Amino acid sequence: MKIKVALIGNPNVGKSLIFNNLTGGRSHIGNWPGKTVEKKEGRCIYNGVEMEIIDLPGVYSLTAQSIDELIARDYIIEEKPDIVIDIADASNLERNLYLTLQLMELEVKLILVLNKMDIAENLGYNIDVEALSKKLGIPIVTTIATEGKGMDELKKIIAESIHREWKAKKISYGREIDELIFKFEKLIAVERQFSTKYPTRWLAIKILERDEDILKKIKKSRNLDEILKNIDESIKVLGDEPDVALAEKRYEWISSILPQVLKGIRPVTLSDMLDKVFLDKHLGIPIFLSLWWSLFRFTYDVSAPLSDLIDIFFNRLGDIVKEYISNEQLASFIADGILGGIGGVLVFLPSILFLFFGLSILEDSGYLARAAFVMDKLMYKLGLNGRSFIPILLGFGCNVPAIMATRTIKNEKDRVLTIVVNPLISCSARLPVYILIGGAVLGEYATAGVYSMYILGIVLAVSMALLFRRIIPFFKSGRTPFIMELPMYAKPILKTTVIHMWERGSLFLRKAGTIIFLGVISVWFLSTHPWGSPIEETYIAILGKILEPLFYPLGFDWRGAVALFFGFIAKEIVVGAFSIFFGFGGEGEEESLKQYIRTHKIFTPLTGYAFMAFTLTYIPCIATLGAIYRETGSWKWVLFTVTYELILAYTVAFTIVTAGHLLGFT
Amino acid sequence: MYMYRPSRIIPLAMLPEGVRGIIVKIIGGRGLVRRLTEMGFTPGIEVTVLKSSFQGPILAMIRGSRIVIGRGVAMKILVEVGG
Ligand SMILES: Nc1nc2c(ncn2[C@@H]2O[C@H](COP(=O)(O)OP(=O)(O)OP(=O)(O)O)[C@@H](O)[C@H]2O)c(=O)[nH]1
Ligand SMILES: [Mg+2]
Repeated sequence: MKIKVALIGNPNVGKSLIFNNLTGGRSHIGNWPGKTVEKKEGRCIYNGVEMEIIDLPGVYSLTAQSIDELIARDYIIEEKPDIVIDIADASNLERNLYLTLQLMELEVKLILVLNKMDIAENLGYNIDVEALSKKLGIPIVTTIATEGKGMDELKKIIAESIHREWKAKKISYGREIDELIFKFEKLIAVERQFSTKYPTRWLAIKILERDEDILKKIKKSRNLDEILKNIDESIKVLGDEPDVALAEKRYEWISSILPQVLKGIRPVTLSDMLDKVFLDKHLGIPIFLSLWWSLFRFTYDVSAPLSDLIDIFFNRLGDIVKEYISNEQLASFIADGILGGIGGVLVFLPSILFLFFGLSILEDSGYLARAAFVMDKLMYKLGLNGRSFIPILLGFGCNVPAIMATRTIKNEKDRVLTIVVNPLISCSARLPVYILIGGAVLGEYATAGVYSMYILGIVLAVSMALLFRRIIPFFKSGRTPFIMELPMYAKPILKTTVIHMWERGSLFLRKAGTIIFLGVISVWFLSTHPWGSPIEETYIAILGKILEPLFYPLGFDWRGAVALFFGFIAKEIVVGAFSIFFGFGGEGEEESLKQYIRTHKIFTPLTGYAFMAFTLTYIPCIATLGAIYRETGSWKWVLFTVTYELILAYTVAFTIVTAGHLLGFT
Repeated sequence: MYMYRPSRIIPLAMLPEGVRGIIVKIIGGRGLVRRLTEMGFTPGIEVTVLKSSFQGPILAMIRGSRIVIGRGVAMKILVEVGG
């Protein structure tokens, strides 16, 4: 028999880490609220008992306001898992128990996990687990997910629960309210359509709270008139905000038991002190910018020598192939197409790994959430709020998860706006282009040039958001309130970081083996056929010459044009295409790709820079377009994004070239 | 509740850094009030402003958790100080 086990809890309490521990899964871990935005399934076997574990997005209550919250709520309420594991942050019991009470009312088989026991201990808290378990009437397991502690106990208790029954305590809301609840309960209990599906007391409470979702369901009731009459009456007792009144009661109940189960008061923590600096009104933004600068500097500097090694390796291998394979076409396919083209992309594996290493550290340390605070003022000017800055930062890694992260944004218009500008945020796939072109033509300003692309990305995203708000009626909207819990700072965990790097690295390799491979091999084929003709007469040159006039004003020749053309599939192909065009040169000189681009004046510093900006802006890759479609549910927004980005890319590159000319650059 | 204790009632946004207030009422749409209540902002509870900046968001400590609140929202949370 397989038992379905759902993990639920407040955001950032460690649900996904526990999920990973139990199932060996790879849910995204980080130290900020709102990472998991879809449900994820995994398997775990303990003592012959098979469990299907479901990781859910974090929620503060069972009243959903955004897409991610809806996913969690619907799963728990409608799918009815066999066991519900409520994961609570032991260092923040008071707030976490609020959700626990709501789950208790759902009358599901509930187990409470107190995670982050290490932090609770460091704060000097002393939790009487047994007493708490008695008060709630549910089993409790304490865990430290980062150290894997308590996982076996958890598995054991889940496995044993098939043979056990228990009932959570009923929370009293005081006589007056309890009576009201009872009244509704009686009305519903006689209707099987409700009473067989949901616990009647829970339904009664939801009706009392005037939960929109439940009121809709109740419309089918035979006793509707009676229920509505009672609701009107309840207003006399509860006022016009009944859900608030009940929430207060729940918190009152928690406050009443807390002193009996929890000893210790929260001291001033290192987090509080660090925030004095990181969230400072004057220092906040400069600190943000310098951290970001260090991240890119680090990525660039550490990966450069490793990339050179990989480059040498592929070059040597290519030489050997050419020497030993006599069939010229086959030799060219392997040496120039595969080793040159794909190798030219793989060279950037270290850059990508270290970029994600850095991003992972920023996430795990807890800084990411601070950046949302620091940037709120700026985002406010766009009619957005700090929360929308998180997808921007995630976009530096990859736009696809970044676009998915917008699910936590409640207002639909704000969410779509955040989605359509996200592709302007420079993802890791564009980094190889910057490093190649920047390294080739910008000389000592290369790192600054690369960094400026990231800044440009943010500036463009922000400007476009502002523009769209102004001119597109759809985006006119009120303000979404900004409320976000700030996690404590934490020491990044090497294992999490390495897993994150590995995940992204293997994703990159998989991409290199599939979509990039196809793109690069197409470029190779088109640039070597008709076989034997000089490159200017190959198919690709014919295509390039058609595109060239379009790019002439920007100073890109046909090779740049073709590279961009294929880069639509995946931006790494731009680099792959260049390695094919220039990598083998054929002149027998031992010069690197960068040197070739420089010495043969493929790009001047000015046109090179414009090319980088064009690559940044011009079109989202196929995967990102797919994500835009999935998350907005409409091709309209996909088309919109492609169109505005193409126009914008051209405008930006043209402006750079024109301004450069005026300033005397060539 | 605040009738017999002479003191000032101001929006949380106006509370200076490091100062404590007692929540009196949240004014605003249903969704907002509900979300804040769920996160522990209930009347009678003490809230401390840890970080505040001119026109920016504030960082508040409530029931042991640290919550960032946009200025707009912070204007809608009324707290009682002094007294
Ligand atoms: N010190 C400590 N940190 C923990 C523990 N469990 C989880 N964490 C950290 O807490 C953070 C959040 O963990 P996740 O598993 O991503 O949390 P989540 O509940 O899935 O979060 P959302 O998906 O955003 O709702 C990570 O930085 C973890 O490393 C623990 O027992 N002790
Ligand atoms: Mg998660």
